[in-house]
Amino acid sequence: MYLHPEFETLSRSEIEKLQLERLQATVKHCMNSPLYKKRFEENHLSPDDIKSLDDLRRIPFTTKQDLRDTYPFGIASVPLEKCVRLHSSSGTTGNPTVILHTQKDLNEWANAVARCLYMVGLRPNDVFQNSSGYGMFTGGLGFQYGAERLGMLTVPAAAGNTKRQIKFITDFGTTALHAIPSYAARLYEVMCELGVDPRRDTKLKTLIIGAEPHSEEQRRRIEEMLGVKAYNSFGMSEMCGPGVAFECQCQNGLHIWEDYYIVEIVDPDTLEPVPDGEVGELVLTTINREAMPLLRYRTRDLTRVLPGDCPCGRQHKRLDRMKGRSDDMIILKGVNIFPIQIETILMQFKELATDYLITLATADSNDEMTVDVELSGFCTDDYGRLQALKREITRQLKDEILVTPNVNLVPKGSLPKSEGKAVRVKDLRKPF
Amino acid sequence: MTIQQISVFIENKPGSLVKVLEVLKQAGIQIIASTIADTVDAGIYRIICSEPVRAYQVLHDAGFSAMLTDVLALVLDNEVGRAADALRILTESGINIAYLYSFMLSGKGILILRANDADRAREVIMQNNLTFVAEKDLSGWV
Ligand SMILES: [Zn+2]
Repeated sequence: MYLHPEFETLSRSEIEKLQLERLQATVKHCMNSPLYKKRFEENHLSPDDIKSLDDLRRIPFTTKQDLRDTYPFGIASVPLEKCVRLHSSSGTTGNPTVILHTQKDLNEWANAVARCLYMVGLRPNDVFQNSSGYGMFTGGLGFQYGAERLGMLTVPAAAGNTKRQIKFITDFGTTALHAIPSYAARLYEVMCELGVDPRRDTKLKTLIIGAEPHSEEQRRRIEEMLGVKAYNSFGMSEMCGPGVAFECQCQNGLHIWEDYYIVEIVDPDTLEPVPDGEVGELVLTTINREAMPLLRYRTRDLTRVLPGDCPCGRQHKRLDRMKGRSDDMIILKGVNIFPIQIETILMQFKELATDYLITLATADSNDEMTVDVELSGFCTDDYGRLQALKREITRQLKDEILVTPNVNLVPKGSLPKSEGKAVRVKDLRKPF
Repeated sequence: MTIQQISVFIENKPGSLVKVLEVLKQAGIQIIASTIADTVDAGIYRIICSEPVRAYQVLHDAGFSAMLTDVLALVLDNEVGRAADALRILTESGINIAYLYSFMLSGKGILILRANDADRAREVIMQNNLTFVAEKDLSGWV
């Protein structure tokens, strides 16, 4: 049941002992990095000052801005000739960010992903299809190498071309699929159009979903549609990509691999640590990376550490599903709103499909929220029924987010479909 | 005396109606009457056509949210006051009309209506010898 029992079955004290060893080695190694060398000097800090895990907090945070400012190679802790791969994420503003990998890094990354996939029950006789974009997007090659490492027949279907995707699933006997949640729902729609019954005509049993925040309701719905178990995956390109944290078969929180990362959850405003169970910004320190270790990297993702033990026996901490990114938070009329709150409400209505779009706009110097949501196959000949449905959705949303949105019911398939991450929020507000 | 009407949920956006009509055209289905009210964001497009069941199927297959509804179809002589007479009979029998539209076909007026109590409406129509259209008549119209 464990791919790496030597790491997966460690007790808390063993994990912490290993973490301290690896942290100390990492910090020493980071003195080869121009950025960290300078940072440590500025803060009169030496690697020898890190004597306990608590000393980690003496090290300054690393931010996305640091990655941009040092673009492309200014954080690397090894000479470039030791690196064999880079991944770059395009920034909408300013420089993109670059993450470098040595051969050892790629190897450890594949191990981490393989460990995750094994944990949810995948074995070498499974057929794994990856509908992520390949290329710079880490969900492509990350899952490819991990699934191959586990020994599965791996289909690099890549993003898009939904009909071909479905043909692969049926022809190759795909048993496990990696897809972002909105695309999993899209696959089901197209299967219905093609007359493919996922239960009868495919061997799908496991779905790996991640890369965009989704609610428990949406997960259950996708499981129901495709007749699979869907496991939540968390990764980010700054931390290699997929394989950072993953749900076990208990589907209750994502185990973060603490032999790779040290986890902190901090209050995004005060940057002070919050107790287990409270939501804050996830801060990660890589302790198993060679080319480009990151110390106390502020991920911008909001989550919490779930208190208590997991029935699966692993003592690696569990992260709650991501609450969204601190950058994703909508502030409307002074109220903090996360798109995931809206999604959770919408998914409770069986008349509604899984696609929605939140638009923020200014009308008469008043900021307003409009929620366009697609109807599922549901139709009525009765305007009264439509109005009642709209009223009920509006009422429940208001109870949740404390502002009253305009709700528009739109026909199935009318919202823009993307092969990549679904666009859920459009902000058209006029700045003051 | 009831015939099947298709109701399609459409968005109030340029091109929405055309998409529906194109699908029916491709399938060779002839529209006899149709109606839509002006609405703010979305509306229900109601259609009487030659083969309602097949029309429903092709619309559904094309991804539209559609449904079949039974509506009453009365035939009225082309004379002043016939619609008033028919509606008075229904109203006096306590029947409320949810919606109604009418059109001319082969010199006769056709009144499509959806009543709150369809069974009672049927009784009243029979008792008063009003003329109605049956499903099988539809194909004869085109
Ligand atoms: Zn577990």
